[in-house]
Amino acid sequence: MPVSRLADGRKAWQRRERKQQLARWAMWLVGTAIFVWCWQRISGATTWFFVLDAPHIAGDILERAMPPRWSYISKLWWPIWDTLNIATLGTLMALVLAVPVAFMAARNTTPSRYFIRPLALLIIVSTRSINSLIWALLLIAIIGPGVFAGIVAIAIRSIGFCAKLLYEAIEEIDHSQVEAVTATGASRWQVMAYGIVPQILPAFAGISVFRWDINIRESTVLGLVGAGGIGLQLSSSLNVLAWPQVSLILLIILLAVVLSEWVSAKVRGAII
Amino acid sequence: MLSLEKLTKTYRTGDQALKAVDLEIPEGQVVALIGPSGAGKSTLIRCINRLVEPTSGKVWLGDIEISSLGATALRQQRRRMGMIFQEYALVERLTVMENVLSGRLGYVGFWKSFLRRYPQSDIDEAFRLLDRVGLLEMADKRADELSGGQRQRVGICRALIQNPALLLVDEPTASLDPKTSRQIMRLICELCAERGLAAIINIHDVALAQMFVQRVIGLQFGEIKFDGPPDGLVPEVLTQIYGEEDWQATIRKVEEEEEAVE
Amino acid sequence: MSDALSLHLGKPWKKPPFIKRAWLRWLIAVGAIVYLVLGIASVEVNWHRVYEGLDRGAAFIASFLTPDFLTRATDIREGITESIVMTVASSVVGILISIPIGLGAARNIAPLPVYMICRGIIALSRSLQEIIVAILLVAIFGFGPLAGFLTLSFATIGFLSKLLAENIESMDRSQAEAIRATGSSWPQWINYGVQPQVMPRLIGLSIYRVDINFRESAILGLVGAGGIGATLNTAFDRYEFDTAAAILIIIIAIVMALEYVSGIIRARVQ
Repeated sequence: MPVSRLADGRKAWQRRERKQQLARWAMWLVGTAIFVWCWQRISGATTWFFVLDAPHIAGDILERAMPPRWSYISKLWWPIWDTLNIATLGTLMALVLAVPVAFMAARNTTPSRYFIRPLALLIIVSTRSINSLIWALLLIAIIGPGVFAGIVAIAIRSIGFCAKLLYEAIEEIDHSQVEAVTATGASRWQVMAYGIVPQILPAFAGISVFRWDINIRESTVLGLVGAGGIGLQLSSSLNVLAWPQVSLILLIILLAVVLSEWVSAKVRGAII
Repeated sequence: MLSLEKLTKTYRTGDQALKAVDLEIPEGQVVALIGPSGAGKSTLIRCINRLVEPTSGKVWLGDIEISSLGATALRQQRRRMGMIFQEYALVERLTVMENVLSGRLGYVGFWKSFLRRYPQSDIDEAFRLLDRVGLLEMADKRADELSGGQRQRVGICRALIQNPALLLVDEPTASLDPKTSRQIMRLICELCAERGLAAIINIHDVALAQMFVQRVIGLQFGEIKFDGPPDGLVPEVLTQIYGEEDWQATIRKVEEEEEAVE
Repeated sequence: MSDALSLHLGKPWKKPPFIKRAWLRWLIAVGAIVYLVLGIASVEVNWHRVYEGLDRGAAFIASFLTPDFLTRATDIREGITESIVMTVASSVVGILISIPIGLGAARNIAPLPVYMICRGIIALSRSLQEIIVAILLVAIFGFGPLAGFLTLSFATIGFLSKLLAENIESMDRSQAEAIRATGSSWPQWINYGVQPQVMPRLIGLSIYRVDINFRESAILGLVGAGGIGATLNTAFDRYEFDTAAAILIIIIAIVMALEYVSGIIRARVQ
């Protein structure tokens, strides 16, 4: 137990040894210094004069945005449909691609541990670490703006996410069930269909719905870079400072997010 | 019918699980394999159907040498060897009927099995077996809704529907209570007798083994230390297999129980 | 042969369907097909444009093998530094604010009015995407990393407070009660009864959030809220795929490094 002597020679209990204590203080000091430096950089890049004016500007924007321009909704039905399609078709496309990647990445099903598995893991980490907006930017440069670019962007972004969760589920399966199916003389594909698939099906369904929910959110903003959906209208309304339209679009996005979360919670509840 | 020649298994870690085991099992004989944990019992039966690849040695099933077969031929031979597992190893999210029919996977093609289109004869046989083990009503229940004893009966049906010549049974009673354990052992031995099947039963309960089988093999550190009739398991033999312990109680209990059962 | 058995023999067998009500099963199946047909039909794809794009796609993939870190080295360095600065600052501030809000949003330790307010803040933060918050904040505070910093801090609060609150709500009651039984004050109770239980998970979640903040900081530049996004956007606009590839490689490398570090730290605290 760490104990130190007081000036009069009595012993006092301390939570940590002196060395540990110093190390902790040093860590806090370095941490604080880093934070202060970061803050100074942000502060240096900021025009504080504008910031002081911010409450006034915020109030001004709010005043102009209210009430929302309800009649604009008639122009939004089609973009809303597009947004739904981007999320749903993108998720479906991602699932189709994620399943083989997951099987290649899971230690117990990969055809080759030293060649194919690292490749699958690379696909997972690179598609996962890049935001769908960046994928959309890239795809617009390649295949041109539109809903299709949005679908593909959502699909690519979701591959890594779905494949990661799925391959973790595959690695956690009960091996004895697989062994039992193998022992009957089943072929490799039959072992897959009878021994592995039933075990990961609930996880698969849960992952799909979960990702669909996230994709609804993401697809609402893809239009900002030109990849279709309601974000296009948001972007053009922002460009002409049509704040009543912006507020209507934001309300719709909020509603879509709440609805999709509700749907996904319901479906997941029904499956599990 | 089954014969092992110098069957050896060395794991990658360097553990020698089997040291040149020779064994001969005639048609229709039920054999209990006893021994302490880590003696290589499980490895031995898994080397027979090659769920574990033997390092060297040969396995003959009838006149076919198993250990040198290619993948397709191995699958065909696996059909002749039904396996029953310790923790039942049923596919828990499938129904009882699907689990039983999965024993026919080696006989039907992929798409037929994927779409659950089994031949009528298989379906009839599945129902007959379920009726035989008293689970006909459970056919459309999911496997994870069943109790331990019921699951093991499904496991037995799955092994038998393969129409095997040999049963490989790995600790069938390890997770069951004493009464269910006996019922399951009795069922396995009865079915073997009805169908003239040979069987190797891994079991750690010496008393239970003595009650039901004609021949006992004692394994220790991958070597056969005893091979003979159940009443040959005197305290000296058990000490040799398991180590020093007072065995008198174990053996006496068996004799008394047997009287009680009769 | 039993009577029950003879009922089954010779009859076909079918797997019982997953959805028992037949009309519901058909409704879902038909609905799904109709939706798919309509959905796919409404997506206009200019296949000619896509076909032309394949070359550019190949060029982009090839540029991953020859990334150009040098041509825009200053822009890249500035952008990445700004992203990291925003990540660090917003994570620190976000975590500090989300602790009291998380405490307030846990029903078992907060009074009802506090609970409602904190849950409201969380719901608001979670339902607005980072990029939309960033647009609004840029409109209010002007271009620059301040808007990005505020955006990420706000998003961190929603994420971390919610998980922290759920964690507190599911903690072991008896430990907390034992501390309360000693006659401790409310802060002492939190410090001794609650904090030790939720600390490991809080640290793990915070590190995870740092990871997310960095990834998000990479896109905030698209709307003028600072970070590497602006440079990346320019690179794509000018079809400078080798520069874009260089930036993406840096992002992926930093994310991988963060995941590696967070794995080590999480293993140590648990």
